[in-house]
Amino acid sequence: MEYSRQLIQYALSGLSNGAIYALIGFGFSIIYNATGIINFAQGEFVMLGGMLTIFFLTFMNMPLIPAAILAIAAATAVGITFERFAIRPLRKATPLNLVIITIGGSILIRGVAMLIWGKDTHALPSFSGNDPLYLAGATLLPQHLWIFAITLVAIIASRLFFNYSIVGKAMRACSYNRRAASLVGIDVRKMVLLSFTISSAMGSMAGIIIAPLTMTSYDVGIMLGLKGFCAAIIGGMSTGIGMVIGGLLLGILESLGAGLVSASYKDAIAFIILLVILFVRPQGIFNTSETERV
Amino acid sequence: MTMTKGKKNLTTFLFFAIAVLMTPLFLAGNYLLNVLVFVGINTMLAIALNLLLGFAGQISLGHAAFFGLGAYISGILTTRYAVDPWFAMMLSAISVGGLAFIIGFPILKLKGHYLAMATLGFGIIMYIFFNETVALTGGPSGMSEIPNLLVGPLIFDSDMKNYFLIWGFTLFIMLLSINLSDSRIGRALRSIHDSEVAARVMGVNVRFLKVQIFSISALISAIAGSLYAHTMTFVSPASFGFNFSIELVTMVIIGGLGSIYGSFLGAAILTMLPEFLRVFQDFDIVIYGLLLILMTMFMPGGLMSGIRWLASAVSSGLRKEPD
Amino acid sequence: MLRLEGITKVFGGLIALEEVSFSVEDGTITGIIGPNGAGKTTLFNIVSGIYPQNSGNVYLGGKNISRFAPEKLARLGLVRTFQNVELFGQMTVLENVMVGLHTKSKSGILSCAFKLPGHIREEKYIRERGLQWLEFTGMVELAEVTAGNLPFGKGRLLEIARALALEPRMILMDEPAAGLNSHETIRLAALIRRIRESGVTVVLVEHDMDLVMDVCDAVVVLDLGRKLAEGTPREIQENTAVITAYLGES
Repeated sequence: MEYSRQLIQYALSGLSNGAIYALIGFGFSIIYNATGIINFAQGEFVMLGGMLTIFFLTFMNMPLIPAAILAIAAATAVGITFERFAIRPLRKATPLNLVIITIGGSILIRGVAMLIWGKDTHALPSFSGNDPLYLAGATLLPQHLWIFAITLVAIIASRLFFNYSIVGKAMRACSYNRRAASLVGIDVRKMVLLSFTISSAMGSMAGIIIAPLTMTSYDVGIMLGLKGFCAAIIGGMSTGIGMVIGGLLLGILESLGAGLVSASYKDAIAFIILLVILFVRPQGIFNTSETERV
Repeated sequence: MTMTKGKKNLTTFLFFAIAVLMTPLFLAGNYLLNVLVFVGINTMLAIALNLLLGFAGQISLGHAAFFGLGAYISGILTTRYAVDPWFAMMLSAISVGGLAFIIGFPILKLKGHYLAMATLGFGIIMYIFFNETVALTGGPSGMSEIPNLLVGPLIFDSDMKNYFLIWGFTLFIMLLSINLSDSRIGRALRSIHDSEVAARVMGVNVRFLKVQIFSISALISAIAGSLYAHTMTFVSPASFGFNFSIELVTMVIIGGLGSIYGSFLGAAILTMLPEFLRVFQDFDIVIYGLLLILMTMFMPGGLMSGIRWLASAVSSGLRKEPD
Repeated sequence: MLRLEGITKVFGGLIALEEVSFSVEDGTITGIIGPNGAGKTTLFNIVSGIYPQNSGNVYLGGKNISRFAPEKLARLGLVRTFQNVELFGQMTVLENVMVGLHTKSKSGILSCAFKLPGHIREEKYIRERGLQWLEFTGMVELAEVTAGNLPFGKGRLLEIARALALEPRMILMDEPAAGLNSHETIRLAALIRRIRESGVTVVLVEHDMDLVMDVCDAVVVLDLGRKLAEGTPREIQENTAVITAYLGES
């Protein structure tokens, strides 16, 4: 009995982490589908979400919700600036140069964060208190519910956007065939900008909702970004249900591994999974697109 | 023409080597000597990375892991199992090179950002391993009392002696790399960087060559790690993390991809700058980020290309003098 | 020399090539022509090992080379040039050609790093041969120029020189005349003839009809992934099906 209760506990915390990874992974997918590049700085937007919210909360004495919204807006602004200055001018760069510049950009964001906020870890208060709830024999914090709820809303919103709105469909068109998309009048550059906007917004939001559970500091971006990338890879860079499953799968495997095998190697588990997937099936388990360069 | 170019390379190298070997004579007892020992180690690491990144064009964000593995394996073998330090260094180099060879095949199938992420992941896995496997590595507090290297009665336990030890190795690696650069293999590597598909069509066994250079790069890094362990007599995981991997990439970029002397320049600058500008330490991450972006955008050949340009501008200016 | 049997290639839902079969005679110049989207470059990519066909076989000198990797084909004497010239832009013109001699040399990493005598001798040989090939294509003065800085026409020439350095039995040229002016095209035609005279079989994909009709011994016409016609340039020019397919084109 005790054992199954523990398993459920692991599964539950794995699901909530997984939801975060899925949100971050969405960010990677959206940009990858629109531009073909991996946004190395995605993790930094996650970090900015949490850190900026704390900043607005403590230094500007804003209540939580406006602080969070302002943080998302600010992080999105950084994302747009990043696209403008680091990505757009790079259309002609060699692939290697592109990789290095995006890495440099992400490090720059992290470095500036370190300058502004130092190396300390900070805590963001939970959205609605810390009284634990009990579900199927496992303990749940209200924050977990917030994570599930917000992730669900984000995914539904994204499905609606990509499947039913004109702009969303335009973005999908770009990801299938840029040339054709621009020929039918879609402004590809605007779509790229939009992809960065959505990704940084989603990423920063993910950072805000996880921050109350795990402390946040200037360098959480690397780990979270890499794990979100792993979720995106498992999900085959899709912007649909595949991504969600990718994230949840990663979260659960990580949590079970940490609980059953060893807690101190928890992060290593996620990255070992990442390497295994990249080695064995880099197109992911839920591959949607089928592109071939002729 | 061939003889002249080869001889020119050799002469330049000899000048450089003599300059390096004579420097300590002016710096006995100076703190700078200690810094220059680290410049030597970082130069070796930067060159190792350059072979992979500059020549073959394959990004690695986890090279600190090979450095750390070399250091820890040497440390563990010599402190726990009383293995002779030189033998331990050899074992360490071969096993790290072998490990890199094995993971090289799957990892180098990846390209661009995927390869960057995979090497990043590998680097972090190793870092976590160094930190958490306390029984083996001593965990975050590190491993101490690593013996110095010795050759007969000569024990390498002072800055002066370590300087010659480290730079002896580094100069040797430099020479081999310079030779490699202007050779059939060097051209094959650079062809992979410029156009993998054309390289394959020309008969270059791209897949195997990438793995070979990856494992040689790891092997050299491991040797640097062993030397580091025996010089410092203490190692801790903090020196082998993601930040150092980025620092190495920045060194190679500043110096110029594919330039061996450039790697020395990059290593020298990034090792000495924090010593002379304490302020640098706070800004270091921002500076790395900026350098990576600005150098790649505006000076993709690194400082060496800038220096070469300057040199040719000066010499053609001088030639125009008599009017 | 080269024989294709029933080559079919499907990309997703698109049939790029369907049951394409033809032969190329030793020591000839064969042109592959067809409207855009006919599958010409796909065919080249399959023959040169860039990706495999879905069904069918390719034979080089009687040997089945289906699914052989480009590296392996290089050692069997098959080489190609690219539509978007794939030069080693950061290396000099001479160094590019020297890479073409990769299969004609064998110094390994250790030999090169330690500058063993075998390597030194080989380097000399590679350099001299490289210069000879530059002479053959008339580019010797440009030997030390960085390849990325070459004007377009010279870049194409360099690719050919590099491919010849491999001493191939057969060279596939993907649109060698694209982007060349009429003067350069005439020199290209002369070069292609000289290549044939040296015993190398040439297959080229081309849009420039004047060049094809002038230089080719045989022509294969593709349209929408299928072989439409095959024969001498004269026969092709008079083939009504070909004319219809090209309606509106030169």
